[in-house]
Amino acid sequence: MKRDGRFGRYGGAYVPEILMPALDQLEAAFLDAQADPAFNAELDELLAKYAGRPTPLTRCRNLGTDKAQIYLKREDLLHGGAHKTNQVLGQALLALRMGKRRIIAETGAGQHGVATALAGALFGLETRIYMGAHDVERQRLNVFRMELMGAEVIPVESGSRTLKDAINEALRDWAASFADTHYLLGTVAGPHPFPTIVREFQRVIGKEARAQILAEEGRLPDAVIACVGGGSNAMGAFADFVDDETVRLIGVEAAGRGLDGAEHGATLLRGRPGILHGAETYVLQDADGQISESWSVSAGLDYPAVGPEHAYLKDSGRADYVGVTDREALDAFALLARSEGIICAFESAHALAHALKLAEAATQETLLVVNLSGRGDKDMVQAQGLLAPSA
Amino acid sequence: MRNSSRYDRMFERLAERDEAAFGAFVMLGDPDLATSAAMLDALVEGGADMLEVGIPFSDPVADGPVIQAAAVRALARGATPADCFALLKAFRARHPDVPVGILTYANLVVARGRDAFYRAAAEAGVDSVLVADVPLKEAAPFVASAGAAGVDPVLIAAPNTPAGTLAGIADSARGYTYCVARAGVTGADAEVAFDAGLLARLGELGAPPPVLGFGISRPEHVRAARRAGAAGIITGSAIVALAAGHPGREAEAVRRFAAGMKDATRP
Ligand SMILES: Cc1ncc(COP(=O)(O)O)c(C=O)c1O
Repeated sequence: MKRDGRFGRYGGAYVPEILMPALDQLEAAFLDAQADPAFNAELDELLAKYAGRPTPLTRCRNLGTDKAQIYLKREDLLHGGAHKTNQVLGQALLALRMGKRRIIAETGAGQHGVATALAGALFGLETRIYMGAHDVERQRLNVFRMELMGAEVIPVESGSRTLKDAINEALRDWAASFADTHYLLGTVAGPHPFPTIVREFQRVIGKEARAQILAEEGRLPDAVIACVGGGSNAMGAFADFVDDETVRLIGVEAAGRGLDGAEHGATLLRGRPGILHGAETYVLQDADGQISESWSVSAGLDYPAVGPEHAYLKDSGRADYVGVTDREALDAFALLARSEGIICAFESAHALAHALKLAEAATQETLLVVNLSGRGDKDMVQAQGLLAPSA
Repeated sequence: MRNSSRYDRMFERLAERDEAAFGAFVMLGDPDLATSAAMLDALVEGGADMLEVGIPFSDPVADGPVIQAAAVRALARGATPADCFALLKAFRARHPDVPVGILTYANLVVARGRDAFYRAAAEAGVDSVLVADVPLKEAAPFVASAGAAGVDPVLIAAPNTPAGTLAGIADSARGYTYCVARAGVTGADAEVAFDAGLLARLGELGAPPPVLGFGISRPEHVRAARRAGAAGIITGSAIVALAAGHPGREAEAVRRFAAGMKDATRP
């Protein structure tokens, strides 16, 4: 782990001094746990027997072209419905290790809230989820799921009433409650050590996918493609491929209603370096540094900052970042359902939409791995409104 | 002479009379810039020894509901950092001796450029800048830019801040040391508890004079802080809430409040 929590110039820990001891304690607990075979054995067992790992790598039968094959890493099949469960189980074990009895989390789409709620239920931890009031409205089903598992869901009315405001509120709670509470941050954003911890607990995605594609095809893929909100499913998918120089890493941001306007969540494409939620990273902001409100049809990509390691991968050129609009994502979402019988999350549909473009353009044999980060149950009501053929 | 010595002169003057400093916080631009300027004047008239001013930021994670709401109102009325600097420059022309500190967030500083932000503060006659989301570990470049501009970097010390960090704060901070009286975010508490141990540790380390903030809203809090050895206190949420509760009469309301609080700083 990078001791100073930097990825090039990005990262760091920009939080009020009062929170620094809690971050230090978390870093120490994480380093200690990583070196403890018993911790890793317990996490592996949970991932296998509770969460359902390994997840399959599915070759699309109908999507793709003569030249290009598309493989889907099926995080949609993970317990909880998205990749979020991987790292929540890891952090919940860290919380227990630190003797905390309460966990708090922010959530956007509700997937991280659901994952946190299930861990809270499993380990008997008091659980509170902060969720932007706007997201509460568009993700009602997930709110109910969280509550069913015993979590308290607090709608956040401040600011844009979305993910960024939920993070603000969780940080405020933590500044008063750190003595007995772990802030179970849901993505590779936030202050050090969160970006590193979350990446390490999500690394399993790419690790499995790499072994699976080698077993299936006898070679590495040409590209690994993942959607980027805060960036956790993408970092998890990328991490074990970073040293494979022939593998393109492509992060797909929400272009929302178009990159030329203001209604998008394309932080790496349209933001500039700044400091938000504890990290130096790309941020959507105005000239003075006031944070802009982002937009995406998918709540999970509706975030005006991004994990600092993505900022570094962008500047260093190791990863490429592209945008996919709401419309393109919805089309890919519908196409995947019709052609493969898989209903994915709106977030994941962004990654698929870009893979479809690459497949269309392929002139030589191309192997694409798409991280299908979650399933679409949470999006059904919204999809019905946007797509229903009979409506 | 450096601007920052306004703090030194103030603390010396108060020490001679065995008084603590009463610091008053105002969110600039709430409800509008003209009212903020009138409130600053009224607070000084009422007895404030030093002023702390917020430059409103969209995502103030260290602030509780009262100051968050003030920032939202200020931004809705269009207050920008440039407006705030202009307001402060005009204040400085009216009040050559009252120390003024800015309290804001890191992204506003880096968006302007660290050096440029501190230079703008210096040109506005500001004595210190406290960046709420910059802990000692990340402070070095901010402290350097402050030093280059001749502005005091104020750092926060909390009851749970480890000894090594306190020593670093004592080394880097200038002007005063902002001591948070408790965990959590800003707010006006009914009761406050003070960590006299923190004040003593800072004293031993030779840190700038400790000024207590977070939760302080009543004269009895001020008396308790003074007894615990604080060189001063800062009241924020109570003033912001009071002003919000007296639309059109903000300045008069905060002037009277300041007089009551200042009284409590005296032996
Ligand atoms: C299914 C799914 N994919 C992706 C994301 C975006 O998060 P991240 O970029 O951290 O993977 C979310 C967030 O809620 C999600 O639910």
